[in-house]
Amino acid sequence: MPSLWPLLAGALLVPGLPALAEVAPDRAGRLEHMVIQDCGSCHGLTMKGGLGPALTPDRIAHAEPEGLALIILDGVPGTAMPRWRPVLSEEEALWIARYLKGDTE
Amino acid sequence: MKSLIAALVMLGLCGPAAAADTGLATGDLGLVVERATGSALVIDRSDRAAIGRIEGLGDLSHASVTYGPDERFAYVFGRDGGLTKIDMLTRTIAKRILQAGNSIGGAISDDGRLIAVSNYEPGGVRVFDADTLDLVADIPLNSKTIGLVDAPGRRFVWSTWDSGEAWMADFSGPDMVLTKLGDVGKNPFDAVLTDDAQTYLIGLFGEKGVTAIDLWDDHPEPVRFLKDYGKTDDDLPVYKMPHLQGWAFTQGQYVLPAVGQHELLWVDRGTLQEVARTPMHGQPVFIIAQPASPYVWVNFATPLNDTVQVVDSRSHQVVRTLTPGAAILHMEFAPRGAEVWLSARDDDKVVVIDTRSFETLAEIPAESPSGIFFTARAHRTGL
Repeated sequence: MPSLWPLLAGALLVPGLPALAEVAPDRAGRLEHMVIQDCGSCHGLTMKGGLGPALTPDRIAHAEPEGLALIILDGVPGTAMPRWRPVLSEEEALWIARYLKGDTE
Repeated sequence: MKSLIAALVMLGLCGPAAAADTGLATGDLGLVVERATGSALVIDRSDRAAIGRIEGLGDLSHASVTYGPDERFAYVFGRDGGLTKIDMLTRTIAKRILQAGNSIGGAISDDGRLIAVSNYEPGGVRVFDADTLDLVADIPLNSKTIGLVDAPGRRFVWSTWDSGEAWMADFSGPDMVLTKLGDVGKNPFDAVLTDDAQTYLIGLFGEKGVTAIDLWDDHPEPVRFLKDYGKTDDDLPVYKMPHLQGWAFTQGQYVLPAVGQHELLWVDRGTLQEVARTPMHGQPVFIIAQPASPYVWVNFATPLNDTVQVVDSRSHQVVRTLTPGAAILHMEFAPRGAEVWLSARDDDKVVVIDTRSFETLAEIPAESPSGIFFTARAHRTGL
């Protein structure tokens, strides 16, 4: 697993996002389910893409988790990517971003 | 039918593997897509039971199924570009190919000879021989394709997400004839053919409006209507793209899922004018007419997808709100409408509900079920 230090350092640069993405284990399980099943509607069950782009770890290797979390929370105007802020907390969005990048405990 | 097989087995007349030779029928069978495990459950509608499972179907997110005219073979279109031909009698894979990198759905020609697949990556449509799955035509369009339907006379019609066009491929002659039907608007998200095969309706995500194309016309032109319909940035987030395959056509009306609003829109079929709106529980995904009735059933996008509502197309009022299970993804009616089968993805079950009493008739275990497809679809145009 990559060191957490670059992630934490990056997080400090983004105001408004928590430095740590702490979610309870049972909530983490539900988030994983949501990523596979609901995000999978557009991005594919294996995140290889669909109506939305592929989100496999290699495809988002260049992206910081904090940036991905903001996309999850606020969506991408002009595309089919909705804002998930009504459904997810910032901690949860950051957890999902790290999960997609393969940075899970 | 299951009990008959069991009886035959007990009598030593046949084993299950020989079911194809016993004269057993497929008219009351169906497939339930198990999206996360890459499998499909074979169900018997009369017995309200699962009678088999077919595995090895790949990534089945957004998978759909069509059937050949004799209701023996099913064609499963997987997300990963997989096209699988399933023998419903032997419950085995007859043939499987990976025809593209990423696909979204398919259709079968009215004569049952051609299978068309709508692809995201690479974009375009590919057409295959229904018997052999050999490639018949490759129509690259440099765009994700959506809303692929069959039209009478060995024709297929579809739209393009990226370039906003509608196309028709005609296989009635010795050579395929490809025709652009016109520019239909920005980012069409799905399309559907009316049951009389006259009107190809295209829902737009990138701008307001619905586009209709009259396929009975010798020189069809796109016509835009309902120009305040669709998604804008100010609307509610759309957590699941509505599907138009089930757009209901009842009482001389189209019933459309508002995109970005928790509403149904009712449009007069003749004038294309909006006649009513019905406030709903959430973002509608499927709106499906209960056969032989004035009712339509509606399910919703996450996170409000534990609920199904029934609406009367005469009054435009919600007459029933049900909570049959967690994450209701799809609804399939018995062909004459007596019961509806619902997939409850997060409860790992299929629920069968009586459409008159609303009583639960059966619950069938299934792994993350999504689409439910009865073999009776073989005889319907535009699916």
